[in-house]
Amino acid sequence: MTTTSTPPATVPAAGPPAGPPDRPFQNRFRIPAAFLLGAVLLVGVAPLVLSDFRLGLLAKYLCYGIVAVGVSLAWGRGGLLVLGQGVFFGLGGYAMAMHLKLADAAATGQPLPDFMQLYGTEGGLPWWWQPFANPAFALAMTVLLPMAVAALLGVLVFRRRVKGAYFAILSQALAAALAIWLVGQQATTGGTNGLTDFQGFFGYDLNDPVNQRMVYVIIAIVLLLLMALARQLFVSRYGELLIAVRDSEERVRFLGYNPANVKLVAYVVAAGMAGLAGALFVPAVGIISPALIGIVPSIGFVIGAAVGGRASLVGAVLGAIAVAWAQSTLSDAWPAGWTYLQGLLFVVAVGFLPGGLASLTTVLRRRRSTDGVRATKGVTA
Amino acid sequence: MSGLITRRGLLTGISALGAGAVLSACGAKTGSDTSKAAGAKADTSGDTVKVGLLNSLSGTMAISEVTVHNALLLAVKEINAAGGVLGKKLEPVSQDGASDWPTFAEKAQALITDSKVVATFGCWTSASRKAVKPVFERNKSLLFYPVQYEGLEQSPYIFYSGATTNQQIVPALDYLKKQGLTKLYLVGSDYVFPRTANKIIKTYAKANGMEVLGEDYAPLGSTEFATIVNKVKGAGADAVFNTLNGDSNVAFFKEYKSAGLTAKKLPVLSVSIAEEEVKSIGTQYLEGQLTAWNYYQTTPGAANEKFVAAYRAAYGKDKPTSDPMEAAYISVHLWKAMVEKAGSFDVEKVKAASDGIEFDAPEGKVTVDGATQHVHKTARIGKVTASGLIEEVWNSGGPIKPDPYLKGYDWAADL
Repeated sequence: MTTTSTPPATVPAAGPPAGPPDRPFQNRFRIPAAFLLGAVLLVGVAPLVLSDFRLGLLAKYLCYGIVAVGVSLAWGRGGLLVLGQGVFFGLGGYAMAMHLKLADAAATGQPLPDFMQLYGTEGGLPWWWQPFANPAFALAMTVLLPMAVAALLGVLVFRRRVKGAYFAILSQALAAALAIWLVGQQATTGGTNGLTDFQGFFGYDLNDPVNQRMVYVIIAIVLLLLMALARQLFVSRYGELLIAVRDSEERVRFLGYNPANVKLVAYVVAAGMAGLAGALFVPAVGIISPALIGIVPSIGFVIGAAVGGRASLVGAVLGAIAVAWAQSTLSDAWPAGWTYLQGLLFVVAVGFLPGGLASLTTVLRRRRSTDGVRATKGVTA
Repeated sequence: MSGLITRRGLLTGISALGAGAVLSACGAKTGSDTSKAAGAKADTSGDTVKVGLLNSLSGTMAISEVTVHNALLLAVKEINAAGGVLGKKLEPVSQDGASDWPTFAEKAQALITDSKVVATFGCWTSASRKAVKPVFERNKSLLFYPVQYEGLEQSPYIFYSGATTNQQIVPALDYLKKQGLTKLYLVGSDYVFPRTANKIIKTYAKANGMEVLGEDYAPLGSTEFATIVNKVKGAGADAVFNTLNGDSNVAFFKEYKSAGLTAKKLPVLSVSIAEEEVKSIGTQYLEGQLTAWNYYQTTPGAANEKFVAAYRAAYGKDKPTSDPMEAAYISVHLWKAMVEKAGSFDVEKVKAASDGIEFDAPEGKVTVDGATQHVHKTARIGKVTASGLIEEVWNSGGPIKPDPYLKGYDWAADL
């Protein structure tokens, strides 16, 4: 280190401390080994030891974990406070749910899904739902649709250098708008009820517990794959650039990069991940509704990542899973108390531990090592 | 980068492992017989049996649903004091739906699989009922739903103890027509019940020479009504049909009064305002306005006197009783009668025994219709009094047979 003002290249100057960059302590096999252990626990052990009911809950938490992977990328690494992930979660969820409803209707020989028959669509299935009867199209749309919306919004917003709170407010407004629009379209989207009561999942009966376990395994594998993908992005040149944009956008611009494009990629990838999470949430939980899309759930997606540590991939995912678990479990004991606790967690995490729980060891270690440095200095002096 | 290669090898390994797990785990295809998959058996082995109470104890719906929860607990307590059901005491297990639909589905599953309840009572919003419906159907477990709703549903595993549309909305329209109030303005919250109710109202109006002059929706929880009230004022209607829910009513009626509109000038008929809501909105805004329900705290009869007294003794002298609370209270008693007639807690036997079950309810005698799993109920139009209670001004003369799909009404054929 030649100057004291420039921190080591791998440690960001400002913002939350990044998870992996404590390279000195990393040996080559530690991360693959931890990943393998996680994979064995999720795919191998969990289905054996958990009851159908608990495994179903875990499947739901893992879906939130998938959203958190994207949040970690866009917010933790890119500094984009994505307070509207509900939009992308919802688009993916509705794309999947509508396909399942259309497939159910086709399987029982009905011309329209049950809710459309009840609440009446004039003129049959609207044209924009028709392609969703095709499984390949619907599956592709669960990811592409959120990505396309994010790309459109991102181009408009990042080119104009809209940042910080304005970006966050814009994301939220979009989430609120989509939720309100869905509520108003009762005949074509199920309104406030949302879409529920799915019988089959690509030909497999969702009422069979074995198939519910299959859905869980798929979700666990998707989460692991996306975590691996995100980690590759983190350690790539792009990942370094993203952190640079987060910490000093102007400097990156002077270096000849276009920060708008760097941010756009992170935002779009995070949207795709949220869409996929929404799509997998549908067969696992059996419902998608506007209540899962609006402002409150969108903030919820971010809280887990903030508590666990938004810049640390594992921290964000475990944080999302832990907060969702705590919500299920603690709300039984104190129904009204949970909301306050959730708010308190968020405030504490943001105010006192910006790196989340994942940074706890780093913070302690750094404190200890600076003490150590002072101590040795004292000795030599 | 050797690290990369390791990771890539690892990924391939994981994917292969996963693919294998998925393939080996495939269960029944759609359409195949899954009756064997139908899961959780209710536990009836001990001296007590568990009953599930599924209400929102937190969140926006808590203010309404907690009163229903209290009424359910009161009924359970009464039944236990009288010796229980088939000699077994009831042990209530409460789960909080937290005003969140996926949470309702999750907690319903928890009640059935973890607590092994013999029956579940609760839910308020249609959205929460739609969310738990597949759960009860999949597990072949019973839900008793206590709130008036938009009809068009008949799940084999749900009993509906509140009114369907032909026991509340249709009689209310009959009443308005009889009063010569034929030009209506529709105001509602933006969700499934108001939208479906208004569809029925418009169809009824067309067939009965009535006119709908306007239809407006406010988002759930909205408190901004200046625009809507101005439109209502200028429309030249004879009456307003109000399907607003919750807090919005407070804002709506305040705006209504400050715009100079009164019950005499332009009456409002509300279908979601009961005694509890009258208290929170304020009598000065509501005096003289109309409501449509099946039960009021003032409904005469010994059964109601007993119910009101018992509720006050348990929860406080100033606590009113309302229609959804009464429907919840009777649902537990109706279930008890069904189980005793069946001589068993077995769900299919209880269902088979349900037809014709009678109960001397606070609202008067109610009878279960086994075919629709709804209840015969008397429709009542009420007027809010200065003291904050609701006084009956008209009733249907006797219980109306439930008709959730309005099959018995010619005008509803193309609904």
